[in-house]
Amino acid sequence: MEARTINETDYAHIPGWGIDADPENDPTYPMKHWTGDDHQRLGWERPPLQPVDVEILKSIEHPRITAVFGTTAPPMGLSGMIRRYAFKYSESHYGHWLPLILADRVGVVEGIIDDLRHGHVPNIFAEKGWKAGWKYNKQGIITKVAVTVAVTAAVVWWLRSKNERRLEA
Amino acid sequence: MLAMNYRGPQRVRVSQKPMPEILHPQDAILRVTRSCICGSDLHLYNGNVPDTRVGSTFGHEFLGIVEEVGSAVQNVKVGDHLIVPFNIACGHCTFCKQGLFGNCHESNPQATAVGGIFGYSHTAGGYDGGQAEYVRVPYVDVGPVVIPSGMDHDDAVLLTDVFPTGYQAAEMGGIRKGDTVVIFGAGPVGIMAAKSAWLFGAGRVIIVDHIEYRLDFARQYAQCEAYNFRSLGDPVVFFKKTTDGLGADVCIDAVGAEAAGNAMQTILGRKGMLQGGSTTALHWAINSVKKGGIVSIVGVYGPTDALVPIGNVVNKGLTLRANQASVPRLLPKLIDHIMSGRVEPKKIITHRMPLEEVADAYHIFSEKLDGCIKPILIPPAARA
Ligand SMILES: NC(=O)c1ccc[n+]([C@@H]2O[C@H](COP(=O)([O-])OP(=O)(O)OC[C@H]3O[C@@H](n4cnc5c(N)ncnc54)[C@H](O)[C@@H]3O)[C@@H](O)[C@H]2O)c1
Ligand SMILES: [Zn+2]
Ligand SMILES: [Zn+2]
Repeated sequence: MEARTINETDYAHIPGWGIDADPENDPTYPMKHWTGDDHQRLGWERPPLQPVDVEILKSIEHPRITAVFGTTAPPMGLSGMIRRYAFKYSESHYGHWLPLILADRVGVVEGIIDDLRHGHVPNIFAEKGWKAGWKYNKQGIITKVAVTVAVTAAVVWWLRSKNERRLEA
Repeated sequence: MLAMNYRGPQRVRVSQKPMPEILHPQDAILRVTRSCICGSDLHLYNGNVPDTRVGSTFGHEFLGIVEEVGSAVQNVKVGDHLIVPFNIACGHCTFCKQGLFGNCHESNPQATAVGGIFGYSHTAGGYDGGQAEYVRVPYVDVGPVVIPSGMDHDDAVLLTDVFPTGYQAAEMGGIRKGDTVVIFGAGPVGIMAAKSAWLFGAGRVIIVDHIEYRLDFARQYAQCEAYNFRSLGDPVVFFKKTTDGLGADVCIDAVGAEAAGNAMQTILGRKGMLQGGSTTALHWAINSVKKGGIVSIVGVYGPTDALVPIGNVVNKGLTLRANQASVPRLLPKLIDHIMSGRVEPKKIITHRMPLEEVADAYHIFSEKLDGCIKPILIPPAARA
């Protein structure tokens, strides 16, 4: 990558160039110790590169894959297809984030299917930490369970009545 | 090995996972000795961070003993007991070189806006985190430091994130001696921000929340004023009144996307995910600070748009400062504050639970039960 150095004579044609530059006027200090490296662009000496041996989705705003990355839970299944689609769009775009949120929800269903396939019935009660909830906040858990049961019952009732209506028709 | 395993919004469990391996010459594998659950983990836990994949292990605040190092590791050796900053930072890129270790450009291929963070979704690099028995630590020579001898390990684990974040929140506030500083959120981060504001010479430190036990704790531990926003009426008017109608000199947002207190924000930001979180606290911060004042944001928000009164930022001439804390930059100074006895972060730890009870720990912390401020998880081997 081409490094850019500031050559004052390049700006001789602009009246007053740099006359009011004030290095102290830096709201990022002390967060950032300005070194001028910003103008070297991507010219830093890179660390060794981690070999890419799982599928890594790369932001299209990155010109290259970073030297290290995590390898957990590579994209798979339907959620993986949605994630790959999301990465066609930049981080600046809802076309990126909304499909990722959708993929996360699809991933939850895939997770349950995967559990069942491995003969594991997920203990939702335990996974939600409701044991502790029961100990410290009985009322809260009772409300949560009641709401869950009511919503489930309503959905079941609705589906049933829809079926019946269809049968009647 | 045992590891926390995310299964979906508000569903986590501990399960067996393969041991992590060295994948890069500057990696190390650590045996975790304790890890915390953070307010930031709640954004993941609630399913609010895009690209949080089922099967991931969370945890970005942990200590661990080095079990194995990659071929290029120089400063760290097997057996070292390390404080691991939550930032994964290469030390080479433009940003790391200038102290912005929370914004490294060589640790997260999936996004340019955020650097790599342990156990913090694929949007932050897809790393497994430290709520596990073992963890892979990239660039181990750069950020992590050996726990200083004589330091309590409960203090040490809070140097991975919470103390530095609270400290940086105060630092970014540009506090001048005598300033009135209002901090939104009396969670671990807000409490450490209140404690730190005094170190910068604040004249008055006020913390706001709606959880009484946290306000009580903050009042005692951080020696500050503490108010419940549910009983303030309009918090903005309250802060104007208590500052002669001018507003606070500095406001700090230590709440982030999970903010309560405004039904519309809750529906848009938390339930509907139609914006990058609920911005209630940030809204209050912008409107409670004086003209020409500073709003320092460490509360975490999602990557999409979110409603804030930006017109007031312009008209009032505010300075907004924000970042992920740059933990490696702050460690030397904060280690000194702890070793000299000025600050004892470990006092905020209220719960010490076995890693196996991770689901209960998340529930307790998330629902603010049993007086919980900061829970830590201990893997089986570290309990022996
Ligand atoms: N920038 C960073 O580097 C960094 C690091 C760590 C944590 N964080 C973020 O800091 C925030 C706080 O973390 P924490 O661990 O203290 O979390 P926490 O969830 O324990 O604390 C947040 C507190 O805010 C309170 N709250 C909710 N709505 C509020 C409102 N409208 N006004 C005032 N208080 C309100 C809650 O009751 C809670 O006590 C989170 O968003 C977290 O992601 C940022
Ligand atoms: Zn944290
Ligand atoms: Zn870097």
